[in-house]
Parts: sequence; structure tokens; C-alpha cells
Amino acid sequence: MPMIFGIPVQALMGQLLVGLINGSFYALLSLGLAVIFGLLRVINFAHGAQYMLGAFVALLVQTWLGLNYWFALILAPLIVGAFGALVERSMLSRLYKLDHLYGLLFTFGLALTLEGLFRWQFGASGQPYAPPPALTGGVNLGFMFLPLYRGWVVVASLVICLAVWALIEKTRLGATLRAATENPVMVQSFGINVPMLLTLTYALGAGLAALAGVLAAPIYQVSPLMGSNIIIVVFAVVVVGGMGSIMGAIVTGYLLGIAEGLTKVFYPEASNIVIFVIMAIVLILRPAGLFGKEA
Amino acid sequence: MTPLLEVRDLNAWYGESHVLHGVNMHVSKGETVCILGRNGMGKTTTLRSIMGIVRQRQGRITLGGQDLTALPLHRTAHTGLGFVPEERGIFATLSVEENLLLPPVISQGGMTLDEIYRLFPNLLERRRSPGTKLSGGEQQMLAIARILRTGATTLLLDEPTEGLAPVIIDAIGVVLRELRARGMTVVLVEQNFRFASKVADRFYIMDHGQMTHEFPVGELAARMDMLHETLGV
Repeated sequence: MPMIFGIPVQALMGQLLVGLINGSFYALLSLGLAVIFGLLRVINFAHGAQYMLGAFVALLVQTWLGLNYWFALILAPLIVGAFGALVERSMLSRLYKLDHLYGLLFTFGLALTLEGLFRWQFGASGQPYAPPPALTGGVNLGFMFLPLYRGWVVVASLVICLAVWALIEKTRLGATLRAATENPVMVQSFGINVPMLLTLTYALGAGLAALAGVLAAPIYQVSPLMGSNIIIVVFAVVVVGGMGSIMGAIVTGYLLGIAEGLTKVFYPEASNIVIFVIMAIVLILRPAGLFGKEA
Repeated sequence: MTPLLEVRDLNAWYGESHVLHGVNMHVSKGETVCILGRNGMGKTTTLRSIMGIVRQRQGRITLGGQDLTALPLHRTAHTGLGFVPEERGIFATLSVEENLLLPPVISQGGMTLDEIYRLFPNLLERRRSPGTKLSGGEQQMLAIARILRTGATTLLLDEPTEGLAPVIIDAIGVVLRELRARGMTVVLVEQNFRFASKVADRFYIMDHGQMTHEFPVGELAARMDMLHETLGV
């Protein structure tokens, strides 16, 4: 059996794939966080709960309405995005003039409330959610076996991340959003409805979290705790990438997922802490993050 | 003649601080009116209150008969009012062209991008540069050009010559005269009395949050003593 650094290629590639899968979720979730922080200056602690909501919407529309995975992939972001818009318009928007800490505390409370409600209703254990029939099975690449669903997750997350990056950085809507972040009063004086833009931005971030939740449902099972399990790592990714940096969130999400996967091969004991060690080093050497702008 | 822009008994506050004390002014269509006054007399606050950026205000502000005080800030621009602030408001994360294209077109009659580049050739050369990499004069031109594209018919211009070299001030004077020729109504706040005398049709003198004098450009020579006393020019 071929070896690399004394490790069988199949084991190395297997962990690389696991790292890439985790990285896909880190990238998707940290992208939503970066969009919300970059444009609203809100540290959205409810992001993990919105990810969990997405997975539950997929499970519930299947159980109650018989709608399959592909419908869930469209419905969950719309439902959770609409819920996010309602939360932003009715509650979060009242906190913009206060210190950022209030937004963090509010979203933290919202996350705990949502998680508590779902634990009360559905229990803490995970519930299985089958992948769509078209994506079951896998292909033998010679050096490793690639499950089709996991390959789909990597490709889908990459496409979504690049599409959102292009929306923010390369379109007139994105330019308006960036300008509204810099000087909202000036943008309003041009005749642009900035409060509505902020609501839609929060809805987009929440919708992205829900989309990640639907993609994750067949891999990790659907559980009220799935959001709180991943959100701390995702915050570490955002810090390493640079708070509010869209490209930083995407690139760092994938790189840290891969770093975590490779650590499982070479030094498994450190795999749970490697991301936080990297975060600490980055904070010391470059506090604004790898892609962030120094103040 | 019915004024296009009319301000009646305008009061404005910043928190507890009462800044405008019953401002009255009117501007006719196609007129360039300049508000002169020393620092801190309320000139900028007057413009910001008309635009709706200062929300703590009382009184009546109408543009073409429409009451502006009831409108949210993002609706004010749709009445045809454009604002160029003293600090210019150029966005660092946007290129020159993105800055130009940012404000939506609110009515027909605005300049096209080509017309803007003909009027401001420097902006064409630097259209891919970040907006804040431009010189002060170029940023001022970008700030004015940005509003011209929208089809705004009334321009509120806050100290456009501040901190600029004489040659750039002359260029801005040329642009303002071009706008007047096109029928644009302009309310200009200035401390540069010599510049204002070349572009304005009429003057208001502002002192302690009120308009204390009003006179046409033709009476300028006769009012020099008062101007020296009031403005220290």
C-alpha cells in the first residue's frame, strides 16, 4: 500500500476528505457570520441556532409534508431567512445604536431560547435524515472511496461561497451594501432604504446558515445541539480570517477544516484544539486576522 | 414668483443643544444661493436639516410645494434634492466608478456617465482607483458628479472649496456655472467669500442660528462694510 510520511494514502485522503467536509461547513457558516458582522456590525451568536433550524425545517417538511431533500434545500433558507428578517426588524434593529455587546447578548439569548425550545419539543438526541437517493453510494477513485453525498456537499458549498462573494464584491447591490456599512447616513441621503437593506442582509446570513443546516442533516444527524457544537469553531474561523472579511471567512474555513483533518492523521490528540491554537497564534501576530484590514 | 425651496421658522437641535433658531429662507428655481457665516453659526446644520439628516428639527421645509419634514431620509432624495457634504462622503471600499454609480437615478434629466467624464476628465482617468485615493479636489468633483447623475434638480453643497488649491477652486467654479447654465438650483454654504461672489445670485448671512441679512449679488459692493464686520473678511 502506498504511503506518504509513513501514513497509508487511503487514510490520509480519507481524513483530508473529512477535513474538506468540515471545512465546507465552517466556510458556509463563517461566510454568513462575516456577511452579518461586516455589514451590520452584529456578532450573531444565533448563527448556530439558525443552522440547526435549517436542518429541522428539512426534517419537519419531510415528516409532515412529505417534501424531499431538494425542496428542503430551497424552503429551509427561505423560512429561516424570513424568521431572521422578522427578528432583525422587530428586535435586533433597536440595538444598532448601542454597543456591539448588546447585539451579541441578544443573539446569544435568542440562540439559547431556540435551542431550549427544540430540546423541549424533540429531545437532545439526534434524528437521522437520509441523503437523497440520487446522492447515495459513492465512487472508487483508486486511492480512496468518495461518498457521493460528501462530494456534493464540498462542491455545493464552494459554489455557494463563491456566489455570495461575487454578490458582495462584484455587483452594484454588493457595492451598495459595502457603502451602507461605511456610511449608512450618506447612503440613505442618496435615496436608498438602508434599514431594508440591513434586514435583507440579516435574512441572507440566516438563510445561508439554514442552507448549511440542510446540507449537514444527512451527515451529522438533526439535533437541537448541532448548532452550539459547531458555532465556537466557526467563530474561531471568522477571527482567523478577519472579522467581516468575506474571502477571509471562505478561505480560512476550508484551510482550518483541512488542518483539523490532517491533525487527526498525524497527531489525533490535538485535533480538537488545533483550530484554537491557530486562532491564538494569529491573534498574537496579526490581530485583524489573515484577511482583515489593520485598524 | 413661488420659491422652489422654502424654509420657514426652522429650529434644529443636537441632543440638548439648540442650534438653529427659526431659520427662514427661500430659493427660486435655477437660482444659486449662498449662505455665508463664520464657523459654528449653523450653516452646515441648515443644509443637513433641509436634507433630513438632522432629524431633531421643527418648522416647515418645502420643495416644489412638498413638505420634506414628514419624509424619512431615504425618501428625501426622491423629491429631487441632492446633498454634497463638507466631508465629501467618498466610499473607501468602492472605486471611483462604483462611487459614481452608487446613488440611484431618481428622475430623468441627470447626466450620463459619458457626460460626467467629459465634465470631469480626471475621474475618467482614475475610474478604477479606490475613491479615497483621489486628491482632495478630485474627491470634491467626484462628490458633485455623483449627485449630477441622479437627476437631482436642487443641490445642497457644503463648503466645496474647503482645503483646496486655488486652481481646483477655479475648476469647481467653472462646474457650478455650468450647472447654473443647465438650470440646476443650488444652495451653497461657503466661507470663501471671494469664490462665492463669482458663482452666487443671492446671499444669506447667518449668525447664531438665524439668517440676519439677505441681498442679491448686485448689492455686494455696497455691503462690504457689513460683510467685513460680520464675517471678518
